[in-house]
Parts: sequence; structure tokens; C-alpha cells
Amino acid sequence: MSTVLTSENPKLTSRLLAKEFDAAHLRAARSQGIQVGLAVSLYGISFGALAVALGFSVPQTAVLSLFMFSGASQFAFIGIIASGGVAAAGAAIASAGLLGVRNGLYALRMSSLVGSGLWKRMAAAQLTIDESTAVAIAQTDARAARHGFWTTGLVIYVGWNLATLVGALAGNAIGDVRAWGLDAVAAAAFLALLWPRLSAREPVAVACVAAVVTMLLIPIVPAGIPVLVVAVVSIGVAIYRHRVAPHAPHRTEGA
Amino acid sequence: MTLWIAVVGASLVVWALKSAGYVVPQRFVESAVMSRVAAVVTVALLASLVVSQTIQTESGVGIDARLPALGVATVLLYYRAPFLVVLVAAGCVAAGLRFFGILA
Repeated sequence: MSTVLTSENPKLTSRLLAKEFDAAHLRAARSQGIQVGLAVSLYGISFGALAVALGFSVPQTAVLSLFMFSGASQFAFIGIIASGGVAAAGAAIASAGLLGVRNGLYALRMSSLVGSGLWKRMAAAQLTIDESTAVAIAQTDARAARHGFWTTGLVIYVGWNLATLVGALAGNAIGDVRAWGLDAVAAAAFLALLWPRLSAREPVAVACVAAVVTMLLIPIVPAGIPVLVVAVVSIGVAIYRHRVAPHAPHRTEGA
Repeated sequence: MTLWIAVVGASLVVWALKSAGYVVPQRFVESAVMSRVAAVVTVALLASLVVSQTIQTESGVGIDARLPALGVATVLLYYRAPFLVVLVAAGCVAAGLRFFGILA
């Protein structure tokens, strides 16, 4: 069939082939989104269990996943409240916000991709996180990127919230955080979020300095403050590094 | 009630940052220095959180079962274990050390 087409109408054949090629790209983008989405969603179980074990109610935990919907910000928020109480709420909100700044930058990139319409753009905004952006920018054409973004975002949104609920209900039965090692899970969660970003010398150096500064500050300032000091200092470091080494590679994708 | 205010406030801040990217004209914000700041701040904050969640105690700094648990997590991450495996392993190590009374 295709040989007939080739000899009689080469234009049509190339159009058909292009269509098939497109469909394969879209399928690949969607399946990548589903795989990434399911893997990340499971992680929501640990968030739900941890939040409840640290003293958040099940509705509060669910609200964090439904509305904040950004893993690193959510873990930072509950971690700082757990160590400093409601007195550390300011530091907790600021840290969650600072960790959310990169979502705003992802949004700038995704803005032209997601299309127009207020509701559509509001939905896209909520789904703009590390994973949906990473899958989108990994695609080779705009349509596949759009499919990848929405598939990943929607799968994670549904999965993450369901997993949070399951974890939160399980967490209710847990009781003592320390006996179950959940405080260590929180530390490991931050390390797991950090790990994929340590891909070059600059982030490794930044992470080491941040770790040392935090260690020195913990005994002398209230809980939650070391993280904020590190954030402010790192903004200065980033601007300085941008002046002296403007072309160092930076990654926008990650876990 | 106050905790609710913090929960809603923090959610609003994070949501607003995402939305801002879809509202603000691209040329005003997208710059090399901004993406550098976002990348560096993210790494610095996460590293700081790893440390404070590992060694912070009610009275200051201390070493307990969290540190070996983090060591195990590091090894697993190095060998590219899935996230959930890393977290479960870290929890099991800390819980085990405490159960057998080896570390607090």
C-alpha cells in the first residue's frame, strides 16, 4: 500500500508518515507522564503519614496537598512547624514560599505551551511542579510537550492527593513519630529531593555550605530561622555567582 | 485555629507563585539571574532542611538514630533506589535502632 502511495502521491505519504510519527510522540509523552506520575504519587503516602504524626489534622494535611501541591514546600512547612511549633509559622510559610519560587519560573516556560482560557490556565498553574515541567521540556515538539505536561500534572495531582489521604489515615494510627522512625523519614525525604539536583560542582558546593551554616546556627537561633538565613545568604551567593560565572549550567528539572 | 491560618497562608503563597508565572509578561521576569537564584535557593534550602531534620533536638544539636538512617538513605540514593524505598529504609533503620535501644 505504501509503495503505491509513494509512487502515486509522495506528498500524501509523507503526510501520513508524519501523522504516525506525531502519534508515536504523543503516546511516548503520555506514557512517560503516567510512569513519572505514579512513581511520584506513592511518595504522598509518606507525606500524609508524617504530617498527621507530627500533629496536623487529616483535613489540614489534605488541604496542604490539594492547594499547596508542591512536595518540597509541603515537607518544609510541616517539618519547620513540627520543630518550632506555631511560633515558627512565619519561618515555615517563608520557607515553603522560597521553595515554591522555582514553580513560578517553570510557569513562565509553560505559559505559552498550555494555551488560553482562564480556567485552563488556572488549572495549569496548580499543576506546574518539577515533574510536569521536566516531562514537558523533555519532549521534542510542542504538542507532545503539552500532552506530557497535562498527563504528568493530572496523574500526580490525583495520585498525590489520594496517597496523602491514605497516609494521613494510616498516620492517625501511628502515634509516636520517633518509635516508627518517621523523623528520619523527614530527613531522608529532603535528601531525596536534593539528590537529583547535585549534578554539578556549583550545587554541591552550595549544599555543603548551606549544611555547615545550618549546623552552626541551630544551637544559637530559634527553630526555623537557620533555614531562612541560609535562603537569604544563598540569594546573595546566586547573584554573585551569576556575575562571576554567568554561563554555568543550571538544571530546571528534578524530582 | 492558628495552625489552620498558617496552613492556608502557606498554601496561598505557593499557589500565588505558580499563578504569577502565567500572569506576568515573560520578558519582565525570565532572566538568567532569576533562574540562577531559584536553582541555588532550592538546593541551599533543601540541604539546610536535611541537616536541621537530622541533628536538631529540643535542646539544640544532638546525634541520634536519625543520622545512621540518613547514611543508609545516602547509600540507597547513590545506587539510584526508588524514593519510596529510600524513605522506608530510613524509617526502618531509625525505628530498629530505637527498638533495640542502640540509639535514642
